[in-house]
Amino acid sequence: MTGRSLQSADHAPPSFRRTGKRFDWFAVANSAFLLAVALICLLPLIHIIALSFSSSSAASAGYVKFWPVDFTLASYEFTASRSAFWVSMLTSIERIAIGTPLNLLLTILVAYPLSKTTEQFRFRLVYAWVFFLTMLFNGGLIPWYITIKQLGLLDSIWALVLPGAVPAFSIVLLLNFFRAVPKELEESAVIDGAGSWTTLWRIYVPISKPAIATLALFSMVDHWNSWFDGLILMGDPSHYPLQSYIQTIVVQMNLGSMSMEELKNLARISDRTLKASQIFLGSLPIIAVYPFLQRFFVKGIVLGSVKG
Amino acid sequence: MRKRRMWRELPLHLMILPGMLFVLTFSYIPMAGITIAFQKFIPAKGLFGDQKWIGLDNFRYVLDLPNFIQVMWNTLYISSFKLVLGLAVPIIFAILLNELKNEAIKRSVQTSIYLPYFLSWVVLGGILIDLLSPSGGLVNSIIKSFGLDPIFFLGDNKWFPTTLIASDIWKNFGYGTIVYMAAITGIDPGLYEAATIDGANRWRKAWHITLPGMRMVIVLLAVLSLGQLLNAGFDQVFNLYSPQVYQSGDILDTFVYRIGLLEAQYGVATAVGFFKSIVSLVLISSAYYIAYRVAKYRIF
Repeated sequence: MTGRSLQSADHAPPSFRRTGKRFDWFAVANSAFLLAVALICLLPLIHIIALSFSSSSAASAGYVKFWPVDFTLASYEFTASRSAFWVSMLTSIERIAIGTPLNLLLTILVAYPLSKTTEQFRFRLVYAWVFFLTMLFNGGLIPWYITIKQLGLLDSIWALVLPGAVPAFSIVLLLNFFRAVPKELEESAVIDGAGSWTTLWRIYVPISKPAIATLALFSMVDHWNSWFDGLILMGDPSHYPLQSYIQTIVVQMNLGSMSMEELKNLARISDRTLKASQIFLGSLPIIAVYPFLQRFFVKGIVLGSVKG
Repeated sequence: MRKRRMWRELPLHLMILPGMLFVLTFSYIPMAGITIAFQKFIPAKGLFGDQKWIGLDNFRYVLDLPNFIQVMWNTLYISSFKLVLGLAVPIIFAILLNELKNEAIKRSVQTSIYLPYFLSWVVLGGILIDLLSPSGGLVNSIIKSFGLDPIFFLGDNKWFPTTLIASDIWKNFGYGTIVYMAAITGIDPGLYEAATIDGANRWRKAWHITLPGMRMVIVLLAVLSLGQLLNAGFDQVFNLYSPQVYQSGDILDTFVYRIGLLEAQYGVATAVGFFKSIVSLVLISSAYYIAYRVAKYRIF
């Protein structure tokens, strides 16, 4: 089962094929409209990329549309020369390196017992509600913040990975996938003397690789894109992950942390191209994994929401 | 017999234990922390310390704040438009996309429309701030080339809510479209053939076959989104607003952030958060109950 086959498996109703020799105005208008919408989704990003590679004078004069004018790497050189940028990039990578395996491990360990029937696991429903309730109700920002503070996690990488370690939505996806695994596989393993742990790691996990890969991608994207927790849980701005760092520069326009030297360099490039380059760098990993992402994504949605 | 069963289920309990510990720590302790809403909370004494209980004073205080009604109105206004359009737009696009015969066009449209969904509001906020700027932004230079006055989308109270709603739809409609497309894939092609023989045109087929075929998914997304009625989109608003547009764009969550964390009025902010959680819980439970009654829909 590949994403490609899922995408093309739509059953185009026969009458929608061109009938006779009549020109199908609807099909032409529809294609044109949908392509225009597709452009509206892509062009803003292309514009920002073009801006980031353009000279500051061309950018401020408003010459740049969708292709760089006076191609230059000045804004990237400036960004690369800032150590704060690299430090926050490392924090983001560290966050993904710790957070994603943790998310996956806990999701698998929780989803497996919950995928059993009540016959096999009497406490299933109690546990299921404990996890499900976290999707419906929460204490809100302040108690959440104070809890993390009192646990002494503020200003450490653990504040970014531990509070979200158990993703309830991923558990729902994976437990539905586990349920679709043929019962016979497990039964034969039990006959061969396998316990629950062996069954999980030797049968369920290998067979669920596509689902787990989907969840891994979701988790990586989530960790990469998170910015608010970094902003409030990290007291010291030098511990910000990349998205929080970009938030302070691009959105809050907080340039106060720059040295005189850096401000002098900044004069050579425009504020606008600098921001554009940081926006692009902030989205680069997503754009790089996007081809894989979207294939898995379609599959993930299909297995998650359209069942039975 | 009973003992043997306990023994057999023990590994399952052990597996779930780490997840339980995390959830209890990071979800249930904060839930218990809602008690802050009824206290004159002093952070130095700790979450379950000896705080002074003040009943509903925090709630009264919030209701008397001069801009609370405005914030509440903004939240409902922005989120109900997002909710309705966020359901309708993807349905329309899924149907239109399904009518496309050319696979190459179809795939490129699909690939393009859900890219924004994967980018953070920091990135998209940065893009929008540049794009919509009244001085050098691309959108306004296009508007000016038509001889019209530039629009300060992010700084004008008349335009700000519309900009929020439109950009939210722009970010998210691709996701919904893919979900609905997946649902359309599951519809029996025989139904379309039968309808064609009966002389139905493409509109009638969309109305009588495609839409009912998506019903389950529509119900699911409607139930889930109704629980979000008081979430008008913190990430988005936080990255796009500025003091000029607080009047039209300040929502409950940004309000909680400012009075709670910036002004350190923990009790007051928790009261607002508590109110929000209760309303969401009531809404999502009722929506789920109605969905179960009307469409026989169940999540588990």
